[in-house]
Amino acid sequence: MSALLEVSGVSVTFDGFRAINNLSFNIGARELRAIIGPNGAGKTTFMDIVTGKTRPDQGSVTFGDRSISLLKLSEAQIAQAGIGRKFQRPTVFEDQTVFDNLMMALKKPRSPFAVLFFRPSQPDAARVQALAEEVGLGQHLARKSGELSHGQKQWLEIGMLLAQEPRLLLVDEPAAGMTLAEREHTTALLVEMAKTRAVVVVEHDMEFVRRLDCKVTVLHEGAVLAEGSLDHVTRNPSVIEVYLGRG
Amino acid sequence: MRQGFLTRTPSVLIFLALLALFTLVVTLASHAYGTAFLSTSFVKTLGKTLCLCLVALAMDLVWGYAGILSLGHMAFFALGGYMIGMWLMYARTEDIVVQAQANAPLPATPQEISDGVASQIFGVVGGAELPAVWAFAHSLPLQLALVVLVPGLLALVFGWLAFRSRVTGVYLSILTQAMTLALALHLFQNDAGLRGNNGLSGLQNIPGLGQVSQDRLSVWFFWASAGALGLGYLLAAWIVSGKFGSVLRAIRDDEQRVRFLGYSVEGYKLYIFTLTAVIAAIAGALYYPQAGIINPAELAPIASIYLAVWVAIGGRGRLYGAVIGAAFVSLLSTWFTGGRAPDLSLGFATIQWVDWWQILLGLAFVLVTLFAPQGIGGLVDWAQGLRAPNRRGAPLGPDAGALQEREATE
Repeated sequence: MSALLEVSGVSVTFDGFRAINNLSFNIGARELRAIIGPNGAGKTTFMDIVTGKTRPDQGSVTFGDRSISLLKLSEAQIAQAGIGRKFQRPTVFEDQTVFDNLMMALKKPRSPFAVLFFRPSQPDAARVQALAEEVGLGQHLARKSGELSHGQKQWLEIGMLLAQEPRLLLVDEPAAGMTLAEREHTTALLVEMAKTRAVVVVEHDMEFVRRLDCKVTVLHEGAVLAEGSLDHVTRNPSVIEVYLGRG
Repeated sequence: MRQGFLTRTPSVLIFLALLALFTLVVTLASHAYGTAFLSTSFVKTLGKTLCLCLVALAMDLVWGYAGILSLGHMAFFALGGYMIGMWLMYARTEDIVVQAQANAPLPATPQEISDGVASQIFGVVGGAELPAVWAFAHSLPLQLALVVLVPGLLALVFGWLAFRSRVTGVYLSILTQAMTLALALHLFQNDAGLRGNNGLSGLQNIPGLGQVSQDRLSVWFFWASAGALGLGYLLAAWIVSGKFGSVLRAIRDDEQRVRFLGYSVEGYKLYIFTLTAVIAAIAGALYYPQAGIINPAELAPIASIYLAVWVAIGGRGRLYGAVIGAAFVSLLSTWFTGGRAPDLSLGFATIQWVDWWQILLGLAFVLVTLFAPQGIGGLVDWAQGLRAPNRRGAPLGPDAGALQEREATE
């Protein structure tokens, strides 16, 4: 299976602290993957490197069919190449309507000139309507997103990610602060999304990871400690020692 | 969902109608075209105020919408004024020199005329040669192009350097202020070739229109300023009404998130910074012929800080707020500092407004920032709220089938 994202031998150091240590990681084109690990294991730094926020000291990160290197691209170029990122805290533009938020995320030319002369066409508006309905916000298009509830903001952000049509989706702790019913909905949504694209979920909550029922990568001190099914990794003695043993 | 641009933004129509009405009233009250109720100097003050409204509009785009607190936009404004001032001064001096040499036995050569102009303009700073920066001053079209190009290129280069290094927030403000100050100090030097602290003067005399009285000229410039403000308002409203405006406000609220959406934040900032610098320069090119004189003090950082204060008091993030703020505060400022405001006697001390106005303005700025961040423009929201209270999308009635707020519009 050819990998969509290939991270190999990546290291990054912050003020002498080695946050990522010779990390290698692959993910296929249609795969759901959970990344777990204790605090400070390098989960967020890993996402920062893939999305271009942090530059690694060494190693390579390649993406897509033609294996383009992500290390020379800016955050915006990486996003345009097809990598979407969902933050733990819902970050929608609260001052603007649900419609405007989705329209901004819709996959369209992103240069200032193209955007300046852009006016939404009928199909664009229909696509936004369809996306809003998909995430359960069909009735709320004209509302300011700041007025939405916490859960609705999460859905809006997922809708914005869908509008971007990414090939790889990085999701940071999607279940944080959610009720049981919302968690189930989120699980179903993530599994559904992984059918057409790669999804990487960073999560603390073992119960949630179990629901996802996918391959798990355990990070520890900036490197891969174990990889495999959840049952497989939880039987691994070193995983028990560094992670579960403490929990 | 889709409507015409003007029906979606009714405030634009209201604004343009009010501006047209105001222009008409001032014209009918002027010396040249009406009842002479307004003095010519007051018509000039009003025309200058419209130019200040235009630069405030630019400031609102860059600060209120994109969140870049630039303290350098009055530098672009003044640069625009300098560019048009060079042609005004050159062409007028050329007329004078040609007239003076008309009675000479031999007709003057172009070189003699050029030398005459140079010594006339630069005698005051002890020079007799035209500096290189005056190379295009003889030509109105070229100098008009420079009105746009010089501030535009400066903004482009400065913005590229600053935004590329991801300088944001207060650090960017300090950087823009340093740029303004450096430019002012440069122009204060006689070597800079723009007459040092004397600046350019006599700009109210338009070459080729010598026989037209200032009464008429003041109204013409008033019309031009009103036209520029109207066009500027249309352009700004068009920019912020579409997806571009959406992206700008998103950059203001969460820059990093916009990057992950795939928009080049730096590109957008550079775009709006340069565009507003050009708008500021055009406003300046209309302002200084009405003011009659420009000198490097106009580039002092305090001018750009005033600009920010106008926009804050008027209400940033809404276009008419910026215009209201600039008009209101600058006219009030003219009244207070013009010595016409009556002194306030407190018994133990007398408040003379010429001295105390700045304290009052500073106090107003602090109070608005703390207690009414919407500024004067917030009054419009308040008035609308009386008619149609914002229920934040809640149903209008207690029953399950009650009308939603958005369904209940008239």
